[in-house]
Amino acid sequence: MADETLQPSSADELADIVAQAADAGAALKVQGRGTKDGWGRPVDAPLAVSTAGLAGISLYEPEELVLSAAAGTPISAIRQSLEQHNQFLPFEPPDLGPLWGAEPDSGTLGGVIAANLSGSRRLQAGAARDHLLGFEAVNGRGELFKSGGRVVKNVTGFDLSKLMAGSFGTLGVMTSITIKVLPNPEKTRTVLIYGLNETTGVEALSRALQSPLEVNGAAYLPAPAAARSTVDYVSGSGKSVTAIRLQGPGPSVETRCDEMRALMGEFGEVEELHFHNSKTLWEEIGNVGGLLGEDDSILWRLSVAPTDGPAVAQDIANGCGGEAYFDWGGGLIWLSLPADGGCHDGDVRGAVAAKGGHATLMRAPENVRREVFVFEPQAAAVAGIQANLKTSFDPKLILNPGRMYPETGGGG
Amino acid sequence: MKMPELDRDVLARRDEIVTALKSIVADGGVIDDAAGLRAYECDGLSAYRQRPMVVVLPENTEEVSQLLRYCHDNGIKVVARGSGTSLSGGSLPLGDSVVLGLGKFNRILDIDYANRCVVTQPGVANLAISHAVAEESFYYAPDPSSQIVCSIGGNIAENSGGVHCLKYGLTTNNVLGVEMVLINGDIVRFGGKHLDAPGYDMLGLITGSEGLLGVITEVTVRILRKPPTARALLLGFDKAEAAGDCVAAIIGAGIVPGGMEMMDRPAIKATEEFVQAGYPLDVEALLIVELDGPEVEVDYLIGRVEEIAKNNGAGYLRISENEDEREKFWAGRKAAFPAVGRLAPDYYCMDGTIPRAKLPQVLARIRELSDQYGLAVANVFHAGDGNLHPLIMYDANNPGELEKTEEFGGEILKYCVEVGGVLTGEHGVGVEKRDLMGSMFTETDLNQQQRVKCAFDPSSLLNPGKVFPTLHRCAELGRVHVHRGEIRFPNIPRF
Repeated sequence: MADETLQPSSADELADIVAQAADAGAALKVQGRGTKDGWGRPVDAPLAVSTAGLAGISLYEPEELVLSAAAGTPISAIRQSLEQHNQFLPFEPPDLGPLWGAEPDSGTLGGVIAANLSGSRRLQAGAARDHLLGFEAVNGRGELFKSGGRVVKNVTGFDLSKLMAGSFGTLGVMTSITIKVLPNPEKTRTVLIYGLNETTGVEALSRALQSPLEVNGAAYLPAPAAARSTVDYVSGSGKSVTAIRLQGPGPSVETRCDEMRALMGEFGEVEELHFHNSKTLWEEIGNVGGLLGEDDSILWRLSVAPTDGPAVAQDIANGCGGEAYFDWGGGLIWLSLPADGGCHDGDVRGAVAAKGGHATLMRAPENVRREVFVFEPQAAAVAGIQANLKTSFDPKLILNPGRMYPETGGGG
Repeated sequence: MKMPELDRDVLARRDEIVTALKSIVADGGVIDDAAGLRAYECDGLSAYRQRPMVVVLPENTEEVSQLLRYCHDNGIKVVARGSGTSLSGGSLPLGDSVVLGLGKFNRILDIDYANRCVVTQPGVANLAISHAVAEESFYYAPDPSSQIVCSIGGNIAENSGGVHCLKYGLTTNNVLGVEMVLINGDIVRFGGKHLDAPGYDMLGLITGSEGLLGVITEVTVRILRKPPTARALLLGFDKAEAAGDCVAAIIGAGIVPGGMEMMDRPAIKATEEFVQAGYPLDVEALLIVELDGPEVEVDYLIGRVEEIAKNNGAGYLRISENEDEREKFWAGRKAAFPAVGRLAPDYYCMDGTIPRAKLPQVLARIRELSDQYGLAVANVFHAGDGNLHPLIMYDANNPGELEKTEEFGGEILKYCVEVGGVLTGEHGVGVEKRDLMGSMFTETDLNQQQRVKCAFDPSSLLNPGKVFPTLHRCAELGRVHVHRGEIRFPNIPRF
């Protein structure tokens, strides 16, 4: 924990702070509202700098589908403004803060982008990184710089937006963010298939995703996870639930829903959810906490090729027990392991490496996060480039040092 | 256009270098004779030409690795090249460079329908990927107009776009992974069949980096199921403003068409004379709006767009009732470039992007500039995402006219930036827009980008002279200046 948190009220003031920290060679913990503090390696810095004082939407043109806001703007305020114009964040960022004890919906826009948070729509609409059109940030030299712009089609210079999304404040402190937004879909339906095992469930998802029915959510909940849902149709069955979401114009969704029910009928018993139940279920799938039991379990997030999901999960379950569920058609595995289960990062990473992909330790006690890699260790050549990149933005290594990888060598 | 100084030492060692390259690649993989080199002296931006020192055509990743390591160790510049269709001079050779052609990387390696992706070598043409998966009704969405020949590796280097990008995203939104060789010969992989990056998003950074960071040797792209139906509307307006409003209203209503293209009066006239697509000649602006998806959705949305178009003053309205008609609507737009090519000995295609609402203002400014420079312009426009392609007509045989045209084009692009847009939407910076970068970025912005280049290629051997107007040495950029101003934050510990 930092001893003191500075909360600058302007980008210039923030740049001053970072410049002086750079002069002094002093590490800075970089944060928005600190709701995702438990994600990543612990940052040892006496001083924290927060973007919470940089708040407010500076540009929102609904018909241009673009919104710019200061990085510290609460994500709830962004959602509210969008809702007033019947729009939303297409990458569906989940609210993960509560996994580490934060109040629900209390993070910032900057935090969402810095963590590249994306929900179930990731598989069709893309991640946060795909919606970040441009940004302004202070690099580790204390210089304000920008990249990108406010238009979608832009190939002018290197796409630093992609680097900034998911960099957890280690390359720069974002001050202003411009994102692409979209109108809310007219209608939503979720087709449920009950009682499939993991392999058949993911097969059903794959079949659905290969159909022309434009699926934008594809998840599989084993019976214990399904039982924790607050949606009766999901929890009440006592069985596993395979969920397929369809959104779009009204007549289209109704027809596609009928066709999807017919397509899935051969896998098992089929049901459908309408707007409110759909919304609740997909929020639960995105936010994780409600579906995976214990508050102090070790949480992992694995990204693999969708068809590899069941085998990877089974491999881990055989050695470690625990629970898991799948999103992204099988490609995203949320895994909960008992805190004292005796399983280590090597067990999880070994199972992922056997198929290809990467694993992130999402929740674990601080001492564990100090000892093991939180983000997937990289091959030596990649780690070398990533370490060079870090230095290219932050030559004194003062911004969130060690949050992603130990600074000596960058992983591997 | 000032290019990096020729390295006399490298040129003096040409014979030795050619011999070394021949020892790395198989027979016939090195081109060093004048006639053979001529084919490589320019890309799609043919106003710029430079014969390279030598061309090498490796066949596998290991050869690329050895070639780059050799060039790295010997301080030789390298320009990677796919099919050579860049419109911004992205693969323009340097006189002392090795051009590394990826044409022999022409195999599709894996088609994986269950995971909806294709693994391919980078020299495969964009459209060949769609053809390879057509039997199962899949396709690869980004569709640059050169898609018959342009390579997928080049698409990644340039983050290429196309008509379908409005709905399905640019290249960057459709690439899942690459294998890449760094300048020192190291072979690295970013991404794969899974989503998102474990550390920094290298894949996102590589895409659109214009050959400055590494050489791509394998690509994994996302494929999509083909929409079962597509129908188009042809809409005519007597004012560009009304067409612009119509575009905004369609997007604002939550409708994302598969494509939404606009042409102005000169472009309509030129294409109608060329291909007789049946376009109305008495309108100022013509919109082609294509809806794709399930049949019931397309029919429903056609109705909604029709209503929006009428409310926004579309005086001319036709809806395609069959595939022939839909293709005819597109025939004119697709022939727009050659059609304009008939009107003048040469034409120059610009590529700015603007916020959609600024369209009428920007078109008015282009007309003004057109009068001022005495050069005619036809405008075609990816209206849905604000990507403007003014075609400036000129005659390169008139002394000074190319320079005048470039100046005119530069003025258009600077105006795009002024109204909140950008210099290039899909063609890339290359050499063409390199010297305009300062109109969009500060020196601090550009220095940060160049430091990223230094993280990959500290000796600046990969495609130098592109993208950045001033080449700084990496050592100079890496220096840390101490500010030592007033100490306003006494709590920052000092060491």
